[in-house]
Amino acid sequence: MITVGQSKHRRWALTAGHGVGLAIFIIFAIFPLFWLVKISLTPNNLLYSEGITLWPSSITWDNYKFALLGSRFPRFFFNSVIVSLTSAGVVTLIAAAGGYAFSRFRFRGKVPIMFVMLLTQMVPLVMLIAPIFKLMVPLGLTNNLLGLIIVYTAFNVPFATFLMQSFFDGIPKELEEAAMIDGCTRLTALRRIVFPLTLPGMGATLGFVFTAAWSELLFALMLINSDDKMTFPVGLLTFVTKFSVDFGQMMAAGVLALIPACMFFAFIQRYLIQGLTAGAIKG
Amino acid sequence: MAGVTVRDVYKAYGSVRVLHGVSIDMEDGEFLVLVGPSGCGKSTLLRMIAGLEEINSGDILIGDRLVNDVAPKDRDIAMVFQSYALYPHMSVATNMGFSLELRRKAREMITNTVAQAAGTLGLSELLARFPRELSGGQRQRVAMGRAIVREPKVFLFDEPLSNLDAKLRVQMRTEIKALHQEMGSTAVYVTHDQVEAMTMADRIVVMNEGIIQQIGQPLEVYDTPSNLFVAGFIGSPGMNFLEGEARRNSDSAWVEMADGTLLPAPPTSAEDSQPVVYGVRPEALVIDEAAESGLMATVEVTEPTGLSTLVFSRLADVSTCAFTMDRLQLQRGQPVGLVPDVARVHLFDKATGKRL
Repeated sequence: MITVGQSKHRRWALTAGHGVGLAIFIIFAIFPLFWLVKISLTPNNLLYSEGITLWPSSITWDNYKFALLGSRFPRFFFNSVIVSLTSAGVVTLIAAAGGYAFSRFRFRGKVPIMFVMLLTQMVPLVMLIAPIFKLMVPLGLTNNLLGLIIVYTAFNVPFATFLMQSFFDGIPKELEEAAMIDGCTRLTALRRIVFPLTLPGMGATLGFVFTAAWSELLFALMLINSDDKMTFPVGLLTFVTKFSVDFGQMMAAGVLALIPACMFFAFIQRYLIQGLTAGAIKG
Repeated sequence: MAGVTVRDVYKAYGSVRVLHGVSIDMEDGEFLVLVGPSGCGKSTLLRMIAGLEEINSGDILIGDRLVNDVAPKDRDIAMVFQSYALYPHMSVATNMGFSLELRRKAREMITNTVAQAAGTLGLSELLARFPRELSGGQRQRVAMGRAIVREPKVFLFDEPLSNLDAKLRVQMRTEIKALHQEMGSTAVYVTHDQVEAMTMADRIVVMNEGIIQQIGQPLEVYDTPSNLFVAGFIGSPGMNFLEGEARRNSDSAWVEMADGTLLPAPPTSAEDSQPVVYGVRPEALVIDEAAESGLMATVEVTEPTGLSTLVFSRLADVSTCAFTMDRLQLQRGQPVGLVPDVARVHLFDKATGKRL
């Protein structure tokens, strides 16, 4: 922070240092993405012949054409959209209901329930693969998108509930009380007052679960074995064959897979911006 | 219009008892102030009248209607919260008209009522704004506006002014009082500020530790506090307390302090040698600059406010405050005489704290 009395030089040095630090971080974060795009645009014959260059001498859209038209990628993509959107939606609904209860009500067993929910977050997922598989087989939920949705929902609900609870905690109780005096029942107060104010929280939860489900590989790999049920992280692996790896096509598919995640965040980011509750209470 | 009756109300959270059998009769149109230190149960009582807290036992009536099990929305009340509790996603106009909208009033009627209330409160220019775009004082007014549009039977105020700066607080105090007189509804006002209580109330209810200490008109409570707690709580600067034993003979009474100082006292029911607390307000102590009469004390600090001066002095090793409108030239360490106005001296039983 710049305070009164610091010399001009020092201030300039601080600003410059700040900028350099930020730049280094941004390059570090963006470079893999850049590399992804670069490889996806590099013609196959130049991939190994040109050595390591920042940009290929010529570019091609063939990899994208193949990913979209020649491969099963659109199917994987579609499966991923279904699984991620449904999981995100269901988790957000359950988490909102649970978070509201944790935030507003006192009930028997509240602390044990919260403890068990925390406990589920402490178990490494790898340990659960075998039992889950064993559970899913007799239910016919392996090689089934519904099975994936159930697993993702189950794993994301605890954390999402705590996330939602913290958002509800941030909404003053007096707002509901005022609404109830104004003429609302608890349910109308929830719908008219609390719900609109929780949209940022819902957006955050939705985004969080969506990205988690979108990029999940472990369970998708385990539970899905047919091509037409694969989600895109598993599908990407089909570009790896016994004899070669189609880096260009794989990267093109990867770039395409980034698009919905980006769109999703572009859409919800306005809900993520805090400050919607500013002005509710003193200040 | 309706009065409010609180009858023998108890409240406990688990094993912690918050209200111990509280009874109050509020008349129709009365402005009643509940005052007491934090944790005395005043806000809990208010919230019980609002229907936001359940009652463990006892009855609450609004008018003639028993409302123990009536939902807040059906009690025909309005409440102004300490935090204002304005709906942040609604404009000022929507905030104010929300209760009417929920009652399915015609749009036109809502607009007119809101406009009228906004006019009364000087909010007409701000109707399209959102709460976050308002200053603290403006938010306070919107909260008031939201309460008045509905013309409820009872207004409830939960420390509505405590987030405002001192000057605004005085202004709003007057406005709330004026508004109440205009509307004529019953009002219950919770505050920990005894000046607010004194200036606004028709009657004050002084509470401490879940028990009503005294109910009465402001000056009645000020002039004849029923116990030590009320005597100490009401009044700023507070009453001076000096401990001693009651003495009396056939025609006069006094209190003898441990060091032998004799304090002139009014005739009371105090028995001879009964341990008592001698209470005298700062304005009932006349300062004798020449130290020729009264109780001998040594000046410690003087606090001139322009209008008046508070003189803190040590009397029989007890810090004692005296109030004077005179501009006295007193130095630290200077001896002065303090002459109590015996008619305005209070005696309290030391063991029970009750007024004698």
